[in-house]
Amino acid sequence: MTNAVHNNKIKESAGSKVFTVINALLLIFLCFLTLYPIWYCLVASFTATSYLSAHQGVLFIPHMFTTSAYRLAFTHPLLLSGYKNILLVLLVSLPINIILTLFTGYFLASKNVLFKPVIQFLIMFTMFFNGGMIPIFLNIRSLGLYNTLWALILPGAISVYNCIICRTAIQAVPESLSESAYLDGANDLVIVFRITLPLIMPTIAVLLLYYGIGHWNAWFPASIYLQDNNKLPIQNIMRSILIANSNLLNASGSETDKVDDFAETIKYSTIILTTVPVLCIYPFLQKYFVKGVMIGAVKG
Amino acid sequence: MAKKVVTNAHYKKLPLSKKIARDFSHNKYKYLMILPVLVYLALFCYKPMYGIQIAFKNYKVTRGMEKSPWVGLYWFEAFFNDPYFWRLLRNTFTISGLTILFGFPAPIVLALMLNEVKNTKFKRTVQTITYMPYFISLVVLCSLIKIYSQQNGLISDVVAFFGGTKQNWLQDPKYFRSIYVISDIWQGIGWNSIIYLAALSGIDQEQYEAARIDGANRFQQMLHITLPGLLPTITILFILRMGSILNVGYEKILLMYQPTTYEVADVFSTYTYRISLGATSGQPQYSLSTAVSLFNTIVNVAFLLLTNFISSRTTESSLF
Repeated sequence: MTNAVHNNKIKESAGSKVFTVINALLLIFLCFLTLYPIWYCLVASFTATSYLSAHQGVLFIPHMFTTSAYRLAFTHPLLLSGYKNILLVLLVSLPINIILTLFTGYFLASKNVLFKPVIQFLIMFTMFFNGGMIPIFLNIRSLGLYNTLWALILPGAISVYNCIICRTAIQAVPESLSESAYLDGANDLVIVFRITLPLIMPTIAVLLLYYGIGHWNAWFPASIYLQDNNKLPIQNIMRSILIANSNLLNASGSETDKVDDFAETIKYSTIILTTVPVLCIYPFLQKYFVKGVMIGAVKG
Repeated sequence: MAKKVVTNAHYKKLPLSKKIARDFSHNKYKYLMILPVLVYLALFCYKPMYGIQIAFKNYKVTRGMEKSPWVGLYWFEAFFNDPYFWRLLRNTFTISGLTILFGFPAPIVLALMLNEVKNTKFKRTVQTITYMPYFISLVVLCSLIKIYSQQNGLISDVVAFFGGTKQNWLQDPKYFRSIYVISDIWQGIGWNSIIYLAALSGIDQEQYEAARIDGANRFQQMLHITLPGLLPTITILFILRMGSILNVGYEKILLMYQPTTYEVADVFSTYTYRISLGATSGQPQYSLSTAVSLFNTIVNVAFLLLTNFISSRTTESSLF
């Protein structure tokens, strides 16, 4: 071992050194390109509007430091309801997502079940074929879910891709564990919660991240299934502020000035407010989701 | 409680009804677990498929699905004769093709570069940073694009610094696709490199030692050992990617495009969305919209089956 390291050092030629340096510089540049758009947004959110509108070129640190953009953001009546709605969706969705995915994964990993191939086909088929936007929309309406938060929760109750990840994880659990539990008189429900679940906790963490990020970042379902502005989740509020320019507040004419004010100053602060929660979580789960990606890719 | 041991031969002789009864009593809890999933599939996946029939009917909300008259392939013919059809086809394939052409190799290059980094701390930092954009929502990504591409935005400032002229980049049809593809790479390069890094860790280290003894420099090692080692993974992922050629990120296009860029940005799914809302003719055209999305799905499935067929013939890997 030490010999090999020693050998490496001797062989480290000038060309190899240049290679290392150029490679590192390119990677640092890539990191800069990745971080700077987000950093600029953060800096701009703490910079006074007057400075920002007159400023030309790049920004690296906040000028005329102010938190007024954040204070203004929280006076937006729909921002708080947007947070409340998405938290509600997450609280109800995630337990449903995890339990159904665990059950599906357990079922798909089990052997000697007569109807498994049929059910497996029914599940996989939905990955490639769906009804399309309008039939799905009409279905949501006929089920009475239109304009309720359930329309954001139930249609995405399971993701087939995540079920495959879960199945792969369960397949890695030694069979002898469940077999001995069977002999002790445990049924499948006991086994799945008392034996399988504790053993695949890292995968469950990944699934929580995947489902959670999926719900947090989704905007399309809410834009077609919800009618009332006070039911919209945060991403749709963001969209109305940042992209559509059709401010949801323009009900009364007297507020127009205030609305323009909103549109200009809180763009950066709302971006930071909705992005930071997610960006704070993922580095801690990094080693788990790296594993999750690999499992998912093994059986696409 | 002693269970009756049934041999395989004995089991095979049982009539089907007995087999089913035995299966249900043995696996009743497994079926109980999958029952809610089956209910979910029936209500939210298969019931809408029944609704696809409105693509072959003249559907009006007031009439309801059952009472609307059948019109055969009327909506499909209308769509294929629509002057927009060729524009949608061209845009869908162009955007998808460009995303594959530039977006597919990017994470491979990143993985190769990361593989050459010997300092673990630096490597992990680069990984954490490049994964980050993947977690940013489309709404935020497109907002950033929109803000930065304004007349006086960040992009204009940088371009002006290098002697270019300021303009609103997102409104210019010339730049829409570039912005789409570049932001796609920005968001996915780190995340998509994970799988290649995993494949790289499986390459036999002795090959490198042998190459070093033969006098290969690091670039040659990369070219002749690392890249061939990655090739199976690259092939599989490329086939999978080709199988979803019509799956353009329409949610992103919906957030990014505007009437001035429809000419280069409008794809099947965004068109479906607009005619569903009645943005083109004043009233929602549910039947036409369903026909267009059915066409999109069928082409996708056809591409998937085709690539799967090719891959099962030429390589060892296939989906089914």
